[in-house]
Amino acid sequence: MLQQLFRFQGGIEPAYHKQESVREPIAQAPLPPRLIIPLHQSIGGTPRPVVAVGDKVLKGQLIGAADGWISAAVHASTSGTVVEIGPRRIPHPSGLTTDCVVIEPDGEARWIERAPLDYRAMAPEEVRAYLQNAGIVGLGGAAFPSHAKLTTAKGVPMQELVINGAECEPWITCDDMLMRERAAEIVAGIGLFRDLLQPQRVLIGIEDNKPEAIAAMTAAVRAAGESFEVIAVPTRYPAGGAKQLIRVLTGKEIPAAKRSTDLGVQCFNVATAYSAWRAVAHGEPLISRIVTLTGNADRPRNWEVPIGMPIDALLPLAAPRPDTDGVIMGGPMMGFLIPALDVPVIKATNCLIAHSPSLFPPQPPEMPCIRCGECARACPHELQPMDMYWWSRAKNFGKAQEAHLFDCIECGCCAYVCPAHIPLVQYFRFAKSEIWAREKERKLAEGAKERFEFKQFREEREKAEKAEKLAKAAAAQAAKKAAEAAAASAAGSTAPPTDAAEAAKKAAIAAALERARAQRAAVQARNTEDLPPEKAREIAAIDARRQQAGLEPAAATPLGKEDA
Amino acid sequence: MQTATSPHIHKPVSITRVMAQVCLALLPGIAVYTWLIGPALLIQLGIASLAALAAEALLLQLRGKPVAPFLMDGSALVTAWLIALTFPPLSPWWLTATGVCLAIVVAKQLYGGLGQNPFNPAMVAFAACIVAFPALMSQWPAQGLTLSFSAQLDVVLGLAPRVDALTAATPLDAMKTALKLEGEHASVQALLANQTLYGTFAGRGWEWVATAYLLGGLFLLARGVITWHVPAAFLAGLATVAGLCWGIDPARFADPVFHLFSGGAMLGAFFIATDPVSGCTTPRGKLVFGFGAGALAYLIRVFGAFPDGIAFAVLIMNLAAPVIDLLCQPPIFGHKREAP
Repeated sequence: MLQQLFRFQGGIEPAYHKQESVREPIAQAPLPPRLIIPLHQSIGGTPRPVVAVGDKVLKGQLIGAADGWISAAVHASTSGTVVEIGPRRIPHPSGLTTDCVVIEPDGEARWIERAPLDYRAMAPEEVRAYLQNAGIVGLGGAAFPSHAKLTTAKGVPMQELVINGAECEPWITCDDMLMRERAAEIVAGIGLFRDLLQPQRVLIGIEDNKPEAIAAMTAAVRAAGESFEVIAVPTRYPAGGAKQLIRVLTGKEIPAAKRSTDLGVQCFNVATAYSAWRAVAHGEPLISRIVTLTGNADRPRNWEVPIGMPIDALLPLAAPRPDTDGVIMGGPMMGFLIPALDVPVIKATNCLIAHSPSLFPPQPPEMPCIRCGECARACPHELQPMDMYWWSRAKNFGKAQEAHLFDCIECGCCAYVCPAHIPLVQYFRFAKSEIWAREKERKLAEGAKERFEFKQFREEREKAEKAEKLAKAAAAQAAKKAAEAAAASAAGSTAPPTDAAEAAKKAAIAAALERARAQRAAVQARNTEDLPPEKAREIAAIDARRQQAGLEPAAATPLGKEDA
Repeated sequence: MQTATSPHIHKPVSITRVMAQVCLALLPGIAVYTWLIGPALLIQLGIASLAALAAEALLLQLRGKPVAPFLMDGSALVTAWLIALTFPPLSPWWLTATGVCLAIVVAKQLYGGLGQNPFNPAMVAFAACIVAFPALMSQWPAQGLTLSFSAQLDVVLGLAPRVDALTAATPLDAMKTALKLEGEHASVQALLANQTLYGTFAGRGWEWVATAYLLGGLFLLARGVITWHVPAAFLAGLATVAGLCWGIDPARFADPVFHLFSGGAMLGAFFIATDPVSGCTTPRGKLVFGFGAGALAYLIRVFGAFPDGIAFAVLIMNLAAPVIDLLCQPPIFGHKREAP
C-alpha cells in the first residue's frame, strides 16, 4: 500500500519503556470492596445523579444522566448498593473533590438487561443519543463526549476519519494491547463511526514501534472486508496528539481556533471505537477500560479495570517496589502525580506509573534561559516557547497571547529538551489560567457595572418621568383652566398630541443608553487590546468554543493531547 | 507525595554541557594556534580563565546570587577563551585581564548575568580594548618568531621588554596597509607571493588555525549545539561582499577564500556570531543576523580603520537582533498559508 506520509515539525524521542508492560495479556482486575464513581468524568456538563443512597443498582445501570449536549452518562460498574453520594477526591493535580457515587459491590455482577442495537435502522441522531447515554467518551485521555464529535461541519464534506492508535507517550501500552487482542471489535466500532460520518477514507495510524498491533489491525480490517487503511507512522512523540496524527496522515494542519471537522477530518482513539462497539453490539455502557500499570513495579501489565476502582486497590496488582513515592496518571510527558492514592480510576485513566526518584529523577535547579532555541526546535506546533516563557514570566499576558500561548498543547517537548531545566509547561499553564481568571473577573465586573449603570439610569428616568408628569399635570391644569376659560368664551380645541411626545422621549432614552454603552466600550481595559483583528477573532472563537464546551478555566482533564 | 509537574522525564542536558562542548570544539583551533603561532596563547587562556572566574564569583556574590551553580555553568569560561583567542597572544597580562573584567562585569553581570546580556561580552571587551589600547591590540607575533615559552611568558608578564621586532601586524592587516600604501600600483597577487607572510590561501599559519576553527564549528553543528543558519549566513555574507569587490578589481581586493580564512572570520562564524543570548533565535532571523554580521565584518576590515571587523559587526547586529526576530517570526502550526 502506498501512502504518502507527512511530517510534523519538532517532537522528541524519549526512552519508550513499552516492553515492560506488554509481556502478559490483558487481565481482569478483581472487584474492590468499594467503587467510587465520579459523576463528572468527561469534558462538559456534570451528569445529574439518578440514584439515591441505599438504592440497589445493577451492573451497567445509569447512575448519572447526561446534563446537556456536551456531557455523557455515568453507569454503575457492577451490581451492588449505593452507600454514599457526595464530594470525594478525584484524580486531578489539585486534589479537587467532586460528587461521587460510592457503590458497595454485592459480588454478583448482575447486569442490566442488555440488547444489541440495530443502529443501521436508526436515525443518526438516535445513535448519537444512544452513545451519549452509554457514556462513551474519548479514551485517549481528553474524555470528550464522543457522540458530540460524530457530526460533520455544515457544508464541509467529511474527507478523512483518522483513528488514533499511535499511543506515543512512553510507558503506556493499553491501546497497543487492546489492538493486539481485540482488533475485530475495534474495526467494527470504526465501521460504526464510518457509517455515522460517511468519510471518503478511513486512516488508522499506529506508531511503527507496535508491529504486533499493526499486524492484528491489518488482519482484522481484511477479515471484516473493510477498506480502512492501517498506516505505520514514524515513532516520534507526540505523533499521537490528534493534530499531529492528522498532520502526518492527511497533511492537514488544524489551527487552534478551528475544529478538525471544519477541514473535513475527525479523529477517534482506538479504545473509543472499541467501547462504542461494545455499547452498540452488546448493550454494554462504558463501565470499564484498559489501564496500564507500570513504572517502578515488579509486575507491570495491562488490566481491564472497572471505572471507580480506587487506585490503592489497583496498584498492588503491579507489585510496586518499596521506594515508590507517588503515582503518575497518564504518561510521563503529560500525566500528573495523583494527589492521593484513594482516588478512583476514571474514564480518562489510561495508565498509572509507579513513581520513584531513581526512575524519574528530580530536575536540577532552574537556570536562566540562554535563548538556545532548543524548545522552538522541539515544539510540534512550531511556537517560540522561549518568547512565551519570557512574557509569561513577566506576567505580560497580552504579549504571551500574541506569542500564540493558546496554540500550545502542553505536550512537554520544550521542557523535556531545555538545557536550563526551566519548567516551561508550568509557566504556560500559569499564564493560561491567569488569563482565564482575569477574563472571568472582567466579565463579572462588566455585568456588575452594567447593572449599576442601568439602576442609575432607571432612577434618573423615574425622576425625569416624575418631573414630567408633574409638569404635564400642571400644564394640563393650566390648559384645563385655559380651556375652561376658552370654553367659557367660545368652542374649545383638542388635547395636545401626547403620543408623539412619548415617542420622542423613548428615542432620547435609547440614544442616551447607546452613548453610555459606547463610552464604556471605549474605556474598557483589556489585556488583549493590542491584538491584530485576525488574532482577536481567533481568540473570540476559542472563547466561544470553550464556553460552548462548558470548559471551565481549570478543566478536570489534561488539555489537548490524544484528543479522542 | 511528589509535587513535580509534567513532563516527568527530561533529556540529560544542561547549560554546563552546552558550554563544555563549545570549549571542546575550540580545542583543535587552540592546538594549531599554539603550534604555529605561539605558546603564549596558553598563558593568555590561563590568565583569562582565572580573571573570568574571579570576576564572575565576585559579581555573583555582590548581586546576592548563588555562586557555585552559576560558576559551574561554564559561560564565563567560554567568554574568557574567546577573549584569549581574539586578543594578541603577547598582550600584557593586564590587558587580557581588563578585557575579561569588562566582559564579565560590565557586559554580562551588570545587565543581569547569564542570559540577559544584549551584547556579546567577548566582543564588547575586544571593541573597548581596541579603542582604548589600539597599539597594544595591534601587536601580533612577527612571522617566524621563535621565542621559548618562558621568554613569551616574560613578555606577557612584563618581565622582559616589549621589543618592536617581536611583533607585527596580522597578515590581514598587513595586506590592507600595503594596498593602501601602494595606491594605484597595488597588486594583491604580488603581495600574496610573499611566502614569509602568506601561505597557500591566506595568512601563513593563520590559515590552518582558521581551518581548525572550521572543524571545531562543524563538530558543534554535528552535536546540535548550534544550527547551520548563523555560520552559513555569516560566511555567505562575508564571501558575497568579498566576491563582489574581488570581481570588480581583483588587483586591489583579495579573493573571498583569503577573507574567509583570515582574521577572525571562522572563529566569528562558528563561535561568536552563534552566541544565542545576544543573537537572533528565529531561523530566518538567524540568517539575516549572520549575513549582516558577515557583510559588515568585511566592510569594516577592508574599508575601516581596524585590523578586523568581526567584533564591531557582531555588536552592530546584536543591536538589531530583537527587531530582526520581531520581523522574522515563523508561521506556526495551522496558521501557514495554504499549501499549493
